[in-house]
Amino acid sequence: MALVFNEEQRFLQDSAREFLNKEAPVEALRKLRDTRDSLGYSQDLWRNMVELGWASIILPEAYGGLEFGFTGLGVVMQETGRNLVASPLFATAAVGASAVLLAGSEAQKEDLLPRIAAGELTLALALEESHHHNPWQIATRVEQQGEQLVINGCKTFVLDGHSADELLVVCRTAGEADSRDGISLVRVPRDAAGVSVQRTVMADSRNAANVSFDGVSVPASNALGALGEAADALEATLDRGRVALAAEMLGSAEEVFRRTVDYLKERVQFGVPIGSFQALQHRAAIIQTELELARSVVMQALSTVDEQPRQLPLLASLAKAQLNELIKLATNEAVQMHGGIGVTDELEIGFFLKRARVTMQVFGDTGFHRDRYASICGY
Amino acid sequence: MDDLERFRAETREWLEANCPQSQRLPTTPADQYWGGRKGEFPSEDSRLWFERMRDRGWTAPEWPEAYGGGGLTPQQGKVLKEEMKRINARTPLFSLGIWMLGPALLEYGTEEQKQRHLRAIVNGEVRWFQGYSEPGSGSDLASLQTRAEDKGDHFLVNGSKIWTTNADKSDWIFCLVRTNPDVKKQEGISFLLIDMNDPGVSVTPIELISGESEFCQTFFDNVKVPKENLVGPLNGGWSVAKALLVHERKLMAEIGSESPRKVLSPVPAAREYLAFRDGKIADGQLRNDLVRYEMRMHAIGLTHFRTFEERNAGQQSAAPLTMKYLGTEAEKEKFELLLAILGSRGLGWEGEGFTEEELDTLRMWAMSKTMTIAGGTSEIQLNVIAKNVLQLPQANQSAKGA
Repeated sequence: MALVFNEEQRFLQDSAREFLNKEAPVEALRKLRDTRDSLGYSQDLWRNMVELGWASIILPEAYGGLEFGFTGLGVVMQETGRNLVASPLFATAAVGASAVLLAGSEAQKEDLLPRIAAGELTLALALEESHHHNPWQIATRVEQQGEQLVINGCKTFVLDGHSADELLVVCRTAGEADSRDGISLVRVPRDAAGVSVQRTVMADSRNAANVSFDGVSVPASNALGALGEAADALEATLDRGRVALAAEMLGSAEEVFRRTVDYLKERVQFGVPIGSFQALQHRAAIIQTELELARSVVMQALSTVDEQPRQLPLLASLAKAQLNELIKLATNEAVQMHGGIGVTDELEIGFFLKRARVTMQVFGDTGFHRDRYASICGY
Repeated sequence: MDDLERFRAETREWLEANCPQSQRLPTTPADQYWGGRKGEFPSEDSRLWFERMRDRGWTAPEWPEAYGGGGLTPQQGKVLKEEMKRINARTPLFSLGIWMLGPALLEYGTEEQKQRHLRAIVNGEVRWFQGYSEPGSGSDLASLQTRAEDKGDHFLVNGSKIWTTNADKSDWIFCLVRTNPDVKKQEGISFLLIDMNDPGVSVTPIELISGESEFCQTFFDNVKVPKENLVGPLNGGWSVAKALLVHERKLMAEIGSESPRKVLSPVPAAREYLAFRDGKIADGQLRNDLVRYEMRMHAIGLTHFRTFEERNAGQQSAAPLTMKYLGTEAEKEKFELLLAILGSRGLGWEGEGFTEEELDTLRMWAMSKTMTIAGGTSEIQLNVIAKNVLQLPQANQSAKGA
């Protein structure tokens, strides 16, 4: 367990940064937005990322994975956060692969994981049913009918829901709408009969969808693990997603802050660079102190996934809550310190601001994670 | 009724039938049972209550049954806590073994270590204490000097540990020792378990100005410690210690208002002074302030560890330059939080009508204001960060005072 990157991870960081600066600068996201790209990400870019092994970065070698652990994924997520890279990395390589790893049977892992690693399968977790994250508030039902499973329900804010090959649907066989009992994870091909997908255009120009399931029928073998017993695996999957996202948010915060500090040095008013004004220096310095805390928390949370999964719930909530607050502060201050140009679409700061608001809602806002942390600690 | 609700009903019934009435009264330090070879039950009821809980493994409810624990799921463990809280049932066994060492063993221990130590902890047979600080190593923990030399089948330990709470009443110590003096500081530290009965171990109580002596200094003079008492990898003790940080934060929550202590901490204070509803602090604003502070302290603790690791890896970051600002501001926040939690009980200046702790809290709250002034004000700290880390252009020096 380490709070600093080792040599291998630093090498990965350098090569990821070089690759993404060349192939996927923020300008690429602008282009996807302005051309109303139907997929929402570049397939060429994703193919390159797969070739670099990023789709399989957390997977064991036995399944064709790179086996760099979650800290390895965190390194890459930070770099994609720096450039606001749109790709299936989060939904497929972080969340989807984790769900299969944690909930799947051995046969399912052998079937699915190599396909994820090879870039032949993208996944989307169909979880939320309301506009606030609430993983146990699940009304979507799954019923076993002979050899088939039949799913009925509606999902919202499904990241990559309009582009993924398969949806991992969180549904229940039993239990009240707010209970962990009966929670199941079922694979549903996006083009299955009865699935309707409505792509939503979000603030961050990335991919999300509303998805409804109307009597969708899939083979019983599509349930990951045992039907009705996926709650623990789902919670661990979400925690891994939260940590991966926190790493992305850290990268975004560092980058938007770097751009802001650069601007404070360049912009001249009253005959001096505005960065010489103490009012702005102190605000910038405070962000630096918050960044230091965030970096420690993210590093620890990443290594906790690999080395101390028992502590993961506490660390994941710590990381997500801290990063939610940091990214809000860093993007708001970035806009304010850039002044008028900060609110123009021409400047890329706005892309960071908008992406931040989406990441703050994914898998739990600050209130959700403070409540969870306090509850784990018994108050 | 789902399984969890059934468990709740059964637990409630069992607690009603088995928790003696005297064990539902507020606990003073004199009422606590800490177990161990020298442990004495404060009363017959406390013995009865401890034995009944022990027999179900509920002194450590969420540990695996194979090691004497209760084998409860986290959800069931939470229910048990809630049901105990509901009738104000006392903690049957106070134990650093349960709160700190046990989780570390479950995480890092060998199967043999788990078998040997966990059940003895659950059963209250062995009382543990912690040995981190040394006379020359306070905040700079990684500089610790207590040596453990590899002598083939055993380590030979020499040195001493300070602020070892209740060492004179305990049986075993879990501690950090130096196993390699020739590498970067924290890469030569190991996590070792030592039996206080071993020849060469001695304890001296430290008398405080208050006249009490709850703290001790523990000395090791050529103590032979078997190799099997090493927890985690050789020279890997730093990671074990970092993991314990989490348990330490949870511990603050666990011991709650029953803790014997000199300084109030926010979480135990909240347990004592605030109303709870369904296991949560009823005042949502105070709960939010408290958890925000606790998360911040968790992050600051991790950042301390990170600065050590970076220094030793030969990497530089801005973290050390931010710690004074973050630490002292957090300390002020802590005392503001304590005053808010104590309400009017936190406002006593002197004399009757307030406990000593309450009076101390107010005095320390006032004292905390000096922390962001002495040793370079917070504003100077921010100037330093702006200049040295962010390399922002400097204005007229006389106007800035930095």
